[in-house]
Amino acid sequence: MTGVWVMIAVLALATAVLKLAGPLALGGRPLSASALNVVELLASALLAALVVVETFGQGRALVFDWRVLGAAFAAIALTRRAPMIVVVIGAAMVTALARLLT
Amino acid sequence: MGAASAPEPLGSARERRGAGIRRGIPYGIAVFAIAMSFGVLARPLMGAVAPIVMSIIVFSGSAQFGALAVLTAGGSTGAAIAAGVLLNARYLAMGLALAPSLRGRALSRAAFAMTTVDASWAAASIGGGAFDPWYMVGVSVPQYAGWVLGTVAGVFIGPVLGDPKSLGLDALFPAFFIALLFAEARGRRKLAAAGGGAGIALALTPILPAGLPILAAAAAAVVASRMRS
Repeated sequence: MTGVWVMIAVLALATAVLKLAGPLALGGRPLSASALNVVELLASALLAALVVVETFGQGRALVFDWRVLGAAFAAIALTRRAPMIVVVIGAAMVTALARLLT
Repeated sequence: MGAASAPEPLGSARERRGAGIRRGIPYGIAVFAIAMSFGVLARPLMGAVAPIVMSIIVFSGSAQFGALAVLTAGGSTGAAIAAGVLLNARYLAMGLALAPSLRGRALSRAAFAMTTVDASWAAASIGGGAFDPWYMVGVSVPQYAGWVLGTVAGVFIGPVLGDPKSLGLDALFPAFFIALLFAEARGRRKLAAAGGGAGIALALTPILPAGLPILAAAAAAVVASRMRS
């Protein structure tokens, strides 16, 4: 449990530092162009990795279960410009329905 | 989220904040549902109080879900922190982009910067690299309310819900990240970074302890940054 509180405190501090660094360093030197390039792409790389882990991961195993159907629904709904609430709730409903029927 | 119509940069701070709040209400509703699933999923691992405190002081969907995912998969506290911090590394770039639009004293700039979340930051962009800080504050207000209240709701209804899987709550995780990724990964280099990150995670999940494959995916950003835009 101590680990959980340490995690919460560190993540709160780190998130604040990351949010504040740019605006408080105003007037200082910004990141180098190459570093900024990497930071700019970091979210895409990490989010894609999280999509994979959350859709297929189960501990160290890769599994194929009904989460995949929910994820597919989310992807299709997003290309149809569905609002986020439809994407997220719809994915859960599709997955729940698939489990109910099988 | 699709293409955002540019917010009106004119008007008083109060008007711009009000317009932002109206824009943020649908986000707040979606965020409530997501936070509820965070509360439901976090309670068995973290207890009733810690998830609520986390939502109040961290207020970051990707970091909270990312860290929880590492813990759920049996990863260490250190790996969970590292995953959460790396997932929020994008705030550094977002903050640098936002900085020129924030004026006034350091304390005032800091207060505006603390309200940065993905959806608000994107919605507050008024083109030419400029942001409307009051509009961003407005868009964040319903999201903060939705995030905290949703977590409380999830923590308390979680135990009476039964198996979260039968409700498909485990599909909220990937759907949420797919939605964030969909909004984020625009353009050739970002798509390349996303593809590389996904590939790295697929390849390393069976090999490395939980959390590390996500961290390793950062290498894809380094490689993709060398591409011509």
